[in-house]
Amino acid sequence: MGLKPRKRRIITVDALARVEGEGAMYLELTGDRVDRVELRIYEPPRFFEALLRGRRMGEAVDITARICGICPIAYQMSACAAIEQACGVTVDGPLADLRRLIYCGEWIESHCLHLYMLHAPDFLGYAGGIEMAADHPELVRRGLGMKKTGNALVALLGGREIHPINLRVGGFYRVPTRRELRGLYDELARGRDAALETVRWVAGFELPEVERDWELVALVHPDRYPIETGVIGSTTGLRTEARGFPEHFVEEQVPHSTALHSTHVGHGPYLTGPLARYALNRDRLSPVARQAADDAGLGADCRNPFASIVVRAVEILYAFDEALRLIDDYRPPDRPAVEVEPRAATGHGATEAPRGLLYHRYQIDAAGLIEHATIVPPTSQNQASIEADLRHLAAGWTELADDELTLRCEQAIRNHDPCISCSTHFLDLTVRRNP
Amino acid sequence: VRRLVIGVGNPDRGDDGVGPAVARALRTQVLPGVDVVEVAGEPTSLLAAWEGADQVVLIDAMSTGAAPGTVLRHDAGTGPLPPRDSCSTHGLGVEDAIALGRALGALPRSLVVFGVEAASFTAGDRLSPGVAGAVPDLVDRILAELAARPPPG
Repeated sequence: MGLKPRKRRIITVDALARVEGEGAMYLELTGDRVDRVELRIYEPPRFFEALLRGRRMGEAVDITARICGICPIAYQMSACAAIEQACGVTVDGPLADLRRLIYCGEWIESHCLHLYMLHAPDFLGYAGGIEMAADHPELVRRGLGMKKTGNALVALLGGREIHPINLRVGGFYRVPTRRELRGLYDELARGRDAALETVRWVAGFELPEVERDWELVALVHPDRYPIETGVIGSTTGLRTEARGFPEHFVEEQVPHSTALHSTHVGHGPYLTGPLARYALNRDRLSPVARQAADDAGLGADCRNPFASIVVRAVEILYAFDEALRLIDDYRPPDRPAVEVEPRAATGHGATEAPRGLLYHRYQIDAAGLIEHATIVPPTSQNQASIEADLRHLAAGWTELADDELTLRCEQAIRNHDPCISCSTHFLDLTVRRNP
Repeated sequence: VRRLVIGVGNPDRGDDGVGPAVARALRTQVLPGVDVVEVAGEPTSLLAAWEGADQVVLIDAMSTGAAPGTVLRHDAGTGPLPPRDSCSTHGLGVEDAIALGRALGALPRSLVVFGVEAASFTAGDRLSPGVAGAVPDLVDRILAELAARPPPG
């Protein structure tokens, strides 16, 4: 379906099926000019902020886990980090290692689901993972097999796969034995092999050649690839503890979305997620993951949004490798959690959810009741940069018919694995053409 | 031989909770050799839930425009479910799980889906009267289904 130039086209996509939030996309074109791009997200964390007020600080761990069925561990870990910081407690040693281990399980689950069921089909010309499975069942089996191993890791440490119940401020309710963890070792080792095959597979995809000039923001850690800990860093040289987040990053209301748009003060929009983690921490990947990244042709600082699929595959490999290392080194702690006594304070926590930086802040009173809560999820931080990507890319796609254009826009959004597109394709496409 | 009943849905979203409601009602019955589980509906977890099961009965809310409480029975062995938007209420859900299971050779030998027409999906609501009223009959039909169709093989 060809379109005459200079016609005004409005493409709206409403009522995206939800995982973490609900969203829609609005794209307005006149001829080959992109007039407006708006990604609309209806964001549940805002309600959670309100309902956390007056609850005991320990409840934040279980309540915020409910924000997302895909990455509950990220919410639990950022909540713990913030509350423990408020109370002046540091959780380290085997308890910190166990937190990192369960977080590896969540990265594996989330990344495998996105990569195999939603993102890879874009590159291979399939409408989705189901259509791809019909032609390539062995590939999809490999992806789902890895995801299942991630689930098993989360279930073992968290008590169950969805909305785990074994995590708490200070640590865990029960910690696993060495033997229990060793029980997953062979499966994780097979997963690592499958992850290496995954990196090689996606490295062969034909990627559109695009270079973006985002500012990238991620946790940075001197020794390790960042998952559950690190300072907030950026490619413009920022380095700050989590408590510096409110000073450096502001959220602004925009009329078209209930999600707040984040900007880096003095710099503007920024991007979090795998590309940011990789750019700022490439040297801290394990040898096997770094080698795989090199072999896949990833440079030191990858700025192609479509290459995020390769970085995500490298992170799956890293998560398996790191899980195996943590199990090798595991010595059960003396107790499952450290005591955390409440005090009147404000605490800040930031960890790396699979799709990017997740920041929590809690103001608590002397009795440990939450007076104020702020949650800044990665998708709202990335929203302005995703819109900028769309604006940039759509300018080159204006010749396309509406259905093809919509598909390309979906792909451009899926590059960043936002909560809204993890679950499915856009629904109810509406096209309006004005003279 | 493993027999399984899966209630799909979110109990806190009005009639979307009909699957879990039926599952809970079935749990009060004595069903030797039958497991009853509740699943939110994400396809890969559905695949994981029915892995290794021989006979599966699945219940989900649907939105077809029929009268609330209307029940449709579909045998997945006879073909795909009706297209998206006319059956399961989960954006990527039961019909996708079945299609994926079929592509991967990971379907139970017997899989029967009961769809219950929903009236409302309001967050925090209970089942609407029409849907709640359909639950006892559906429980009886599922018991008959499990009794009349001995596990294959």
